[in-house]
Amino acid sequence: MPERTPLLRDLPRLLFLTAAGLLMLMPYIWMAAASLKPLDEIFRASLSLWPERFFAAENYGKVFERIPVGRYLWNGVVVCGGILAFQILFAVPAGYALAKLRFRGRELVFGAVMLGLLVPPHVPALPLYVAFSQMGLLNSYTALIAPFTISVFAIFLFRQFFKSLPDDLIHAARLDGMSEMAIVWRVVLPNAWPAATAFAIFSVVAHWNDLFWPLIIANGDSHATPALGVMFFRSAEAGDDFGALMAAAVIMTAPLVIAFLLAQRRFVEGIASTGLKG
Amino acid sequence: MSDLAIAAPHRRAAGTGEAMAAWALTLPAAIAYLLMLLLPTLATAALAFTDYELGLDGFRWIGLGNFAEMLEDRGFLQSLRNTLVYVGLVTPGSIIGALLLALAIEAGTRGRTLFRAVFFLPVVSLSVAMAAAWQYLLHPTIGPLNAALRVIGIEGPAWLSSSDTVLLSLAAIGIWENLGFNLVLFLAGLTAIPRELYAAAAVDGVPSAWERFRLVTWPLLGPTTLFVLTITMIRSVRVFDTVVVLTQGGPNKASQVLLYTLYEEGFTYFRIGYSAAITLVFLGIVLASMWLQTKVLDKRVHYA
Repeated sequence: MPERTPLLRDLPRLLFLTAAGLLMLMPYIWMAAASLKPLDEIFRASLSLWPERFFAAENYGKVFERIPVGRYLWNGVVVCGGILAFQILFAVPAGYALAKLRFRGRELVFGAVMLGLLVPPHVPALPLYVAFSQMGLLNSYTALIAPFTISVFAIFLFRQFFKSLPDDLIHAARLDGMSEMAIVWRVVLPNAWPAATAFAIFSVVAHWNDLFWPLIIANGDSHATPALGVMFFRSAEAGDDFGALMAAAVIMTAPLVIAFLLAQRRFVEGIASTGLKG
Repeated sequence: MSDLAIAAPHRRAAGTGEAMAAWALTLPAAIAYLLMLLLPTLATAALAFTDYELGLDGFRWIGLGNFAEMLEDRGFLQSLRNTLVYVGLVTPGSIIGALLLALAIEAGTRGRTLFRAVFFLPVVSLSVAMAAAWQYLLHPTIGPLNAALRVIGIEGPAWLSSSDTVLLSLAAIGIWENLGFNLVLFLAGLTAIPRELYAAAAVDGVPSAWERFRLVTWPLLGPTTLFVLTITMIRSVRVFDTVVVLTQGGPNKASQVLLYTLYEEGFTYFRIGYSAAITLVFLGIVLASMWLQTKVLDKRVHYA
């Protein structure tokens, strides 16, 4: 370890970072503060953060009373969980085949994967919408999950990772009489946890926060995700009751932010290493 | 599944079995790829040349009709211009900011994890909820920002509802959203620079911190910077959530952006053909940003 600079000399740097950090946290600080205040205090626009009259119970109570918070959070879990499960189920075997098996058409498959990496998810959205609408599947979990079951990025990521696994590991498993399918799930995947967790975090963060597709597909409380929930609440309350609106924002943001604070390192590395797909 | 087992341990003997197994393993992904990505993408490309509207029977091929309409469509042109301005503000803003902060974090050992977490927080926060927080923060009368400005005697503008400031405000939020992501990429790039190079620079008599940055850090950070540049452009061309929540393209189309126009035309007015054509323009911009990375700038930034 390099020698630590004396605190006094380090002070300007720390002050600069602290000031920038506070600026960064402003929306969170004011969001949390407003969620504790009664409306008349918010309308006075004073710069004091701490409420004179503690109004948390009323604000948060109103959110739970007006919108099915549990329903939204549950929908978020089902959609993100469903998407991730299919992505892993489809991408891990394909990534293994591309990394470790020789077959005719491998270059073609890999080319298709690379091509897929260039296409943002908004591009296939219109025909998918028309198709789901013809099949009467609007406002369903199927329509929310299906378009994201294939992640070419996951295939690419797993292929890169599996390539670095030693061939002997796989030969040994074959000698033990394991099928290729068994090798994928019982030998290869357990050795690829870093890649799998990184991708899982990336995927869940992306789809928990996604607005574009749920906005198109879900049109009522029954299948609304947390992002839509905040929007519904906002329009239902005409957006004027800031105390309650901020309380709703806090509730919907909390799950992922808490997960992030608990596993900060994994999140940062997971999202940065998979940042490729943006 | 057990019939996938390959009896012969030798690669040569296992040729056909191996190929069979490979295709069996790839099949689910291939089917999903076909149904959810390839066919719909090709369908979008085809629809862009039709006048198809959802709810109407049939459609006609109208060639470049949709693209001709775009050139006349004030809303679309405005959204294209606004998107480019937005990208033009968010990209340099979030890259320079992230680089400065990354250098400051990397320059010492105290508080690394804490600061990194603080700046990264917006990346994992629900963008719709944070947009609501910004709506309060920037509210013309009750918002804390204008309240603070009033203390020093300035009457702040109506940030999100005046056509002069709305795009600027959205860009500021965009910078706030993208900064932490870029910061983490820069931190990774900085860590990869060998310490000895700084020592060598010191031995060679490179005196100031600025010279050290100019001669060592900046050139070696080239590939990282290029990657960050491309990724930020692609991420900011996709601006959508904040517009939906905060402005709906208003006031008077001053914050109309590409994806929002695409969304309105396709999913509100159901003009699928026209919206598909806008999708192709959007895809073109994304591909151009990627091309920029591989072709134009690549030559200059690789120091082998």
